[in-house]
Amino acid sequence: MKAPPFTLHRPATVDEAAGLLAALADEGALVLAGGQSLVPMMALRLAYPPDLIDINGIAGLDRIELSGDHLAIGALARHHDFRRSVVPGPFGALLARISHEIAHYPIRTRGTFCGSLAHADPASEWCLTAATLGAEMVLRSQAGERAVPVADWFEGAMATVREPEELLVEVRLSRPAEGSAWGFYEFNRRAGDFAIGAALAGYRLEGGAMRDVHVGIGAIEEVPRRLGEVEAALEGQPPGPEAFRTAARIAAGAVEPLEDFATPADYRRDLAVTAIERALAEAALAQPGQRGMAA
Amino acid sequence: MSGQTFQLHVNGTSYAVTAPDRKTLGDALREDCGLTGTHLGCEQGVCGTCTVIVDGRPVRSCLMFARQAEGAQIRTVEGLAQGERLHPLQQAFIDAHALQCGFCTPGFLMLIVGALEQDPDMTEDELAEVLSSNLCRCTGYAAIAKAALAAYPRPATPAE
Repeated sequence: MKAPPFTLHRPATVDEAAGLLAALADEGALVLAGGQSLVPMMALRLAYPPDLIDINGIAGLDRIELSGDHLAIGALARHHDFRRSVVPGPFGALLARISHEIAHYPIRTRGTFCGSLAHADPASEWCLTAATLGAEMVLRSQAGERAVPVADWFEGAMATVREPEELLVEVRLSRPAEGSAWGFYEFNRRAGDFAIGAALAGYRLEGGAMRDVHVGIGAIEEVPRRLGEVEAALEGQPPGPEAFRTAARIAAGAVEPLEDFATPADYRRDLAVTAIERALAEAALAQPGQRGMAA
Repeated sequence: MSGQTFQLHVNGTSYAVTAPDRKTLGDALREDCGLTGTHLGCEQGVCGTCTVIVDGRPVRSCLMFARQAEGAQIRTVEGLAQGERLHPLQQAFIDAHALQCGFCTPGFLMLIVGALEQDPDMTEDELAEVLSSNLCRCTGYAAIAKAALAAYPRPATPAE
């Protein structure tokens, strides 16, 4: 199907975009970045904005820059831009590894990192990444700028605290701890399809024990998040298949899984455990000295 | 057709297009530029049949509005052959019998050409992942992969 009629606006600056949003957001205007989720939703008539504010012509929004303790990712940085390490070392390698899991090559050439955070699909790889590593969303409107930590960002499936007149101009993705190593696991039924369950896990070794343990799940619940109970079970323990399995099993009782016609809640509960175990196993292989994604 | 008038640069030629904002790039290529080599399948970004190259990157032309491509360099399947001489990938498709009904073929050609021009150092495994982007309902993937490798030989993937 074709998208319903709308007016396309092509601002040249962020200020111009903020002005258009201030004037048109109340009537349902939406921001168009990569359009790889929004345009299909319009074709399926799930979204019918009267105005689209296309930010693709705004210069400078495509930057990806390491800045102190975070990576600053502009609103027009595409998934594709992460396919080779954007920063030297394991942080860049981790982002490259995750970017390849997102949809398909010609979707990644258009879709944007910030667009994924703004769209907030429960299955989004970048939303899981932001939730697990830590991130700050920088919102701009005519009223000014504010930064929202990822813990306060998601309100539910495809819902965030962004106000309609605010533009997500940048995501500041926290840099993982020095010496930490990471693993990622995603399951779906077809190559490139939406994840049914995913996990991102990382830790660093100190005297043979795991420290700074991060375990996040995506596509399992409405919102991606870290699982504190699982992390606590691993913190201070030596890594290994037994420790990973015992900790991952805690997730089964800690999650409230999504359900759909093809995937009962119990399936996702089991998948959460498996995904965490496999992400941890990959992190173990990536420890410094090994080939992989150690920081 | 009402709407704004703008230029599309396709295969080195400029076309004046007058189209409403909601018209996709794929529809504009077919209906306003008369370039019907680009096929529209699902119109929701799933099948990949409408893939064209915009500023060097393969994209779904059903997920881009035509006016968004104003000022961009667009390449479609019509631009692959040089006169009577087929693009090496087109010839490889013939040699490897990489099409049956042919509906998905323009999309696969532009996908492969676009991805391998963007990432010439892509491994064979990465190429296989790229091919999973598009749907071939005749399930000719093995022959399509063979054709792609014939036109763009890959070094053997190093053993783990």
